[in-house]
Amino acid sequence: MSKIVESLPNIPEVLPLDPAPQADPAVRVKPLITARNVNVFYGQKQALQNISLEVPANQVTALIGPSGCGKTTFLRCINRMNDLIDICRVEGSIEIGGQDIYHKDVDVVTLRAQVGMVFQKPNPFPKSIFENVAYGPRIHGLAASKAELQDIVEASLEKAGLLAEVHDRMNAPGTSLSGGQQQRLCIARTIAVEPKIILMDEPCSALDPIATARIEELIDELRENYTIIIVTHSMQQAARVSQRTAFFHMGELVEEGATEQIFTAPRDERTQSYITGRIG
Amino acid sequence: MTDDFTIIPTPHTRRRHKSELRFQWYGKAAIIAALGFLVLMIGSIGYKGVGVIYQTKIELDIQLNADAFDPAQLRKADFSGLVKTALRARFPDVKNRRQKRRLYGLVSSDAGFELRKMVEGNPNLIGSTIKIQLTASDDIDTFIKGKIDKNLPESDRRVKDVEINWIEKLQADNSVVQVFNTAFFTSGDSREPELAGILSALVGSFFTLLVCFLLSFPIGVLAAIYLEEFAPKNRWSDLIEININNLAAVPSIVFGLLGLTIFLNTFGLPRSSPLVGGMVLALMTIPTIIIASRASLRAVPPSIREAALSIGATRVQTTFHHVAPLALPGMLTGSIVGMAQALGETAPLIMIGMVAFIVDVPASILEPATALPVQIFLWADSPERAFVERTSAAIIVLLGFLVVMNLGAILLRKKFEQRF
Ligand SMILES: Nc1ncnc2c1ncn2[C@@H]1O[C@H](COP(=O)(O)OP(=O)(O)OP(=O)(O)O)[C@@H](O)[C@H]1O
Ligand SMILES: [Mg+2]
Repeated sequence: MSKIVESLPNIPEVLPLDPAPQADPAVRVKPLITARNVNVFYGQKQALQNISLEVPANQVTALIGPSGCGKTTFLRCINRMNDLIDICRVEGSIEIGGQDIYHKDVDVVTLRAQVGMVFQKPNPFPKSIFENVAYGPRIHGLAASKAELQDIVEASLEKAGLLAEVHDRMNAPGTSLSGGQQQRLCIARTIAVEPKIILMDEPCSALDPIATARIEELIDELRENYTIIIVTHSMQQAARVSQRTAFFHMGELVEEGATEQIFTAPRDERTQSYITGRIG
Repeated sequence: MTDDFTIIPTPHTRRRHKSELRFQWYGKAAIIAALGFLVLMIGSIGYKGVGVIYQTKIELDIQLNADAFDPAQLRKADFSGLVKTALRARFPDVKNRRQKRRLYGLVSSDAGFELRKMVEGNPNLIGSTIKIQLTASDDIDTFIKGKIDKNLPESDRRVKDVEINWIEKLQADNSVVQVFNTAFFTSGDSREPELAGILSALVGSFFTLLVCFLLSFPIGVLAAIYLEEFAPKNRWSDLIEININNLAAVPSIVFGLLGLTIFLNTFGLPRSSPLVGGMVLALMTIPTIIIASRASLRAVPPSIREAALSIGATRVQTTFHHVAPLALPGMLTGSIVGMAQALGETAPLIMIGMVAFIVDVPASILEPATALPVQIFLWADSPERAFVERTSAAIIVLLGFLVVMNLGAILLRKKFEQRF
């Protein structure tokens, strides 16, 4: 465990400022993630245009915007998941804790261990529920013993609100769970490796209101120790869980600010239309 | 409004149903035709080859006079002389030399050896008269199995009237018997059809395929994993892909020539050995395995890779912990298909000398051996009537080998199959 953490750029664990839920937009928090002039291309097609965004630590930042506007694309830039797409090209810089993650010396494996991701579609491994969660801690050597691993797995499942439903069938395949359960399993898998940052791509799109409420509660709890960026199509959810909101439209970052401000007093007309349901 | 609702199909819908029905009939006809050919082929081979299960034996009383044996050197005794004496005693009225030669030809040239084995196994028999079943010669065997027409003019058949006469006499006192043909399953090739067996070719094929699998599976799978999961996709990888596809289409005899010039002449590896045969077959199997393995790797959903990578697995971990296990059943299927092709290959093995006349069952991959398809080729080329039967029987053994391999593949696939 220690090796991986040590080799990571020094991400500040405790941030100097403002843990208050609804940050005053006037108060400048030292950002954990800073994107500057990010352009993303899929082949010839430009998916993101000149995105500059600062994401403060220990807060929840919501990305909203109509379908196809580039939310997932932006999210995948932050853990360099776009490296996997051959035709994808990222320009500009993204810094985490002051270190450029696109620098040629950066080790993506270490980066991704610190920047976890929950995908839009649940993608559990075709292995047992236990294995799904245990895999990350095991490859990173987070558990010294079997018992410790068991503890990590159970704690992660508990946090993701899934333990009660699966504790008696930990050896059942992860793919045998319902869609919503699979998504919570994926969340448990992500938090089991204790990343600093969690990227969530519409984590609740397959969940019922009760499970959604549980995930939102979880996000609220996680905020103490993690920095979270969440993509959501639900305005209510963005309003409920996030402290800051960024509105994307057609590959551009239209507006970004404290959630309260975006929802009550948007500066841009497009934001106004989107949140009131006129475009999207 | 409710009048609009009708479930009576319109003429247009009926036409669509008809075309569907017609298509189903075409499909069924195609399957029936394919099955028909298969049944015809296997049936005719089976019909021709099934006779090999039995071998005709001729029962003779043989006097083992003590003075014919030197107890210290049993081997040296004239066993075939004893057999001949017994035959003459059975048919005392045969006088002239040509007739005698025919008479001795009733039993296989190995009859003396069979007698020796019996006496060596139990020396106490010396001094008594024993009853022994001696292998009949191939022509007699063929005749007994009813595959020589008695009504042909005598000059057109290999079994003459005198011989038929003798056999009928032997049959009359139940001295002609049909027993299970152990020789066919336990011995190697022979010039005499009644003594020729499949075992050395079977073992040769097994060793050859073993070498082929041990070389081509790891190389093919690793190459596929590297190309699919690690290599950058650019002009070079395209070029490699095209070349692999071309390689898969190269006629097998070319690989045989390559093996001849490189493995035999340059490296000096043992000629006719399953080692070289397996290496040559591996050359032609590798492209097949690479292509099949890449296809099954590509079928693994990218979301599995993303899941592993996103929690900080390295690419090697992602590949070997998650992607390769999911692709394994497909890789195995592809490999077995490749191996099945290799099993049937004749030309490249002939090029590297596996066409030799092999009597002994090979004990290792370095000893000279032949393979089933080559053995079939050799027997099919032999003039003796009895080899026709053996050729078909060898084909049945080859097909049986294939069926076993495919069953193995199905079992392995069942074992490793995981759903995603
Ligand atoms: N792998 C890819 N190859 C080519 N184009 C892509 C790829 N992924 C995304 N795009 C394009 O990039 C643009 C942004 O896609 P993205 O997935 O980021 O949208 P999104 O905001 O997440 O949408 P949604 O809300 O529907 O998930 C879209 O126009 C899409 O067609
Ligand atoms: Mg998306």
